Amino acid sequence: MSSQTKSPETAAARETPARRRRRVDRLPYLLLLPALLIIGVLLLWPLGQVVVMSFYRLNSVRQLRGDRDWPWVGFGNYVDILSDPFFLTVLRNTVLFAAANVLLTMVLGTLVGLLLNRLGRKMATFVASCVMLAWATPALTGTIVWKWIFDDTSGLVTWLFNALPDGLSNGLFGRSDWTGYGWFNSPLLFFSILTLVVVWHSFPFIAVSVLAGLKSVPSELHEAARVDGASPWRVFWKITFPLLRPVFGILIVLSTIWDFKVFTQQFVLAGGTQDRPTFMLAIYSYAEAFSPPPKYGLGAAIAVILTLILLAVTGFYVRMVLRQEDES
Amino acid sequence: MKKIALNGAGLLVALFAAFPVYWMISTSLKPSNEIFSATPQPVPTHPTLAHYREILIGNLIPGVSFLDFFLNSALVAVSTVVLSGLVALLAATAVARFRFKLRTSFLIMLLVVQMIPLEALVIPLFLMIQRLGLYNTLPSLILTYLGFSLPFAVWMLRGFVAAVPKELEEAAAIDGASRAQIFRRVLFPLVAPGLVATSIFSFITAWNELIFALTFINDQGSYTLPVAMTFFFGRDDTNWGPVMAASTLFTLPVIIFFLLVQRRMVSGLVAGAVKG
Repeated sequence: MSSQTKSPETAAARETPARRRRRVDRLPYLLLLPALLIIGVLLLWPLGQVVVMSFYRLNSVRQLRGDRDWPWVGFGNYVDILSDPFFLTVLRNTVLFAAANVLLTMVLGTLVGLLLNRLGRKMATFVASCVMLAWATPALTGTIVWKWIFDDTSGLVTWLFNALPDGLSNGLFGRSDWTGYGWFNSPLLFFSILTLVVVWHSFPFIAVSVLAGLKSVPSELHEAARVDGASPWRVFWKITFPLLRPVFGILIVLSTIWDFKVFTQQFVLAGGTQDRPTFMLAIYSYAEAFSPPPKYGLGAAIAVILTLILLAVTGFYVRMVLRQEDES
Repeated sequence: MKKIALNGAGLLVALFAAFPVYWMISTSLKPSNEIFSATPQPVPTHPTLAHYREILIGNLIPGVSFLDFFLNSALVAVSTVVLSGLVALLAATAVARFRFKLRTSFLIMLLVVQMIPLEALVIPLFLMIQRLGLYNTLPSLILTYLGFSLPFAVWMLRGFVAAVPKELEEAAAIDGASRAQIFRRVLFPLVAPGLVATSIFSFITAWNELIFALTFINDQGSYTLPVAMTFFFGRDDTNWGPVMAASTLFTLPVIIFFLLVQRRMVSGLVAGAVKG
């Protein structure tokens, strides 16, 4: 491939300069064409279309098929959403959940990464393999298993709480019989369990990335600092963290993006889209659009709001990646 | 002393990470009375395949079995993998082997596009699928997943193509090989491990996806496995034995593929080719 562009002494040298330039110019675009078409039609066009749809009142599938008119409502959908106090609940849920999950995932992932770096070879391989299992498990089945662990009759957690001495259990929680206790009924408990599920799924990626970063740091630096009597805490903040700062930056941004749009875990844990008090933006948009009666325009407007929030975060991310490509 | 503390922490992490997977498999092998006993059994004392037999032989709805959903999912995932691998390889070659005007813009676009929240595209893609008359068909999902997996596939393959030494292609060109021959005989075999790794990521994307499958497919016989599982096993009076058996069958291919990618990443094929 490159022979024609880079080494004139090969086959391309026999062609006239004009012909060569023409061929070299066109081929990469031809190779890119299918990918560009697919990305354009399946990602970029819908992205524009969701904005367009958010300005119309679309309440039936027949409108989508083009059998009926699309009444233009301007910013009507946005006004409806933003003036609804429920939107504030949803926004608060989304932001608090994302913040808690990013923090916990980063802390746990970093600690596990540091740990893997310190363990002996066999132990590190064993722990890393187990961590990989959590990473590899699909969001769907991972969530189903956690739901089983929190089952209100035979679940492991229900059994564990039942096994507590009655006096202790009564003193702490005001009840000793946990059979039939609805673990998912109060929003706070629901979000705690959802956090457990999401952190369990996402800390392996952070741990492995941090470990990869640590492997690239010369170990002499750490040893020297330790010989000088620095505590592990100081070694981390004075040496490890500054060296891995770009890695941490990207990991935080990626986690933020992922945790802002959690859907599958919530959908499965809540058993659908009925549990409105625990709605976050992604599931709110979906429920408005597709739960009967359908409100595609309203759902689209919520999706646009979610996208705008993530766009701001993405801006950060792209700037960070580009800066890194420059440095390397 | 310190070593014991470190190893202890390691064991705790391993337990937290692996326990749910262990519990899923373990539950799937227990007879129902053990699953619902007052005191949970850490290991199945009377292991049985009854739950697997139940979901594999019985029908979840009249005329449709678990296996049919499995095949629907496999068909969608494999089609996605083949299409996205092919298109991604062409694009990756363009980006890794040529310097052209829009190259940087294309790379930046790849990055940005991966950040689009796919959850926000359900509504407009639903509109498109309705307009194209693909509602309720598996191709609607293949098309959707192709778009989702492509940017990452190109981004990843780009590295694998760039890692193939140009000297090999130049040597083939000097020996008189045509561009098509160089692509097929030199580049493709060397990029194949990368293509496998990339394909696995596309496969996992397509295999795991729930929201779009939930929205685009209404006919129960065309459900993919994730949708079938949320519909047939999402009830309150859940019978956990068959659910865990189904979950295990759904999860195992993903875990196996995932571990394969990890190993494929460190393939010394290229280094050997240049030295030899």
